[in-house]
Amino acid sequence: MSFITRGFSGHRREPDPQLPPGQTLVHDWPVLSAGPTPRVDTATWELVIRDETGADHRWDWDGLLALGVEDVTVDIHCVTHWSKLGMEWRGVSVDKLFEDVESEHEFVMAHSYGGDTTNVPLEDLLDGKAWIAVEADGEPLTPEHGGPARLLVPHLYFWKSAKWVRGLVMMPDDEPGFWEQNGYHLHGDPWREERYW
Amino acid sequence: MTQGALTDPATGGAEARLARPQRRAAWHVARVTEVRPETASAVRLVLDVPTWPGNDAGAHLDVRLTAPDGYQATRSYSVASAGDGTQVVLAVDEVPDGEVSPFLVHDLRPGDQLELHGPLGAFFVWRPGRDTRPVQLIAGGSGVVPLYAMASLHGAASDPTAFRLLYSVRTPQDVFFADELASLSGAATHDGSTLGLDLVWTRRAPDSSPDAVGRLTRQTLAARTIPAADRPLVYVCGPTGFVEAIAGWLQEAGHDAADIRTERFGGTP
Repeated sequence: MSFITRGFSGHRREPDPQLPPGQTLVHDWPVLSAGPTPRVDTATWELVIRDETGADHRWDWDGLLALGVEDVTVDIHCVTHWSKLGMEWRGVSVDKLFEDVESEHEFVMAHSYGGDTTNVPLEDLLDGKAWIAVEADGEPLTPEHGGPARLLVPHLYFWKSAKWVRGLVMMPDDEPGFWEQNGYHLHGDPWREERYW
Repeated sequence: MTQGALTDPATGGAEARLARPQRRAAWHVARVTEVRPETASAVRLVLDVPTWPGNDAGAHLDVRLTAPDGYQATRSYSVASAGDGTQVVLAVDEVPDGEVSPFLVHDLRPGDQLELHGPLGAFFVWRPGRDTRPVQLIAGGSGVVPLYAMASLHGAASDPTAFRLLYSVRTPQDVFFADELASLSGAATHDGSTLGLDLVWTRRAPDSSPDAVGRLTRQTLAARTIPAADRPLVYVCGPTGFVEAIAGWLQEAGHDAADIRTERFGGTP
């Protein structure tokens, strides 16, 4: 249904095959969140994976880092139409967290300090596709950007990369989290423009 | 700080956090009916959108522009109007060196058509009659736009909820919706409710103003907002640094994190 907007030419940026449809390249790093920024001390931080038996698998900060922190260079895409390319992160692969977790459930609810939630299919978190990120651009992750640790799922819109992550709860079905209940898409693939429902 | 528990999200948050969008987002064609200066750097756009389903106060939408060669640019804007009507009002501040806002501010004319997607957002919204708790709005600069929509709807609905707006703005020439806010704060509705309006001038105050000029401080915030003891719902919108500072001070003053809703702007040119 698109039509030409009278008088609009836009900035003549070269088409960039790394930019999904409807996205604009930025070089700064905007902040988006629904409430106050939680301040979480790594001395008391913990991450929990809860399986369908109700059993909790727990890592404290040192325990997380002991799993092995790797360098990751990825593009990130925010639903509010900005993308940042070639961003350098460090984090622990979600695969490592799930090495000892037995679950038949195929969906995950990511919970954050502060109470936010977002749902992600397990297959979008495994096989090298997601990390628990602790550094970005060479610095520890700041609270505004989700520090001390956030989920990093760069192939989905960035709200899925839950800030201040504290738990992953296995679910039998794909239930909407906080952002999804407030209008964002259940899945959020930027290449298919799965922004809203 | 609220430590989020690993509870079922269906029961884990406050009821208000689970509000579902009442109106489904879709693409719409808008016709510009009016363009007028809003501040020294912003315009007010009045749009006629025949298929618009209405929107909550505080909602936003995407504007998509298409160049003759097919190139498209999309940006999100808060909606300054609210309710069931098909007239949609935006107030767009020019981002220097931006791509979309300079076009909207300088080149758009009545009769032009725009593509819109919305309404969007069901969390940073206020709905009349849902909650009797007092409402404190806190705006930095053009962050006042969604908060103005809430104050405006509150006035139009003659809602008895106590409403107060603290608006941090550079100079009198930078005030968005100046006449409307003055009117909302001056006129008591039939049940006596009005908008309490407090302006903080960061660069220059009106000649008649006895207020000091400067950035909003923790002391001013405490003195000119609804106290935490009254358990207000607080909506904060502005640049990231402003929102971070305000949200931190509010919590230190005793406001519960769950009572504070934030929206930040800036970033995409």
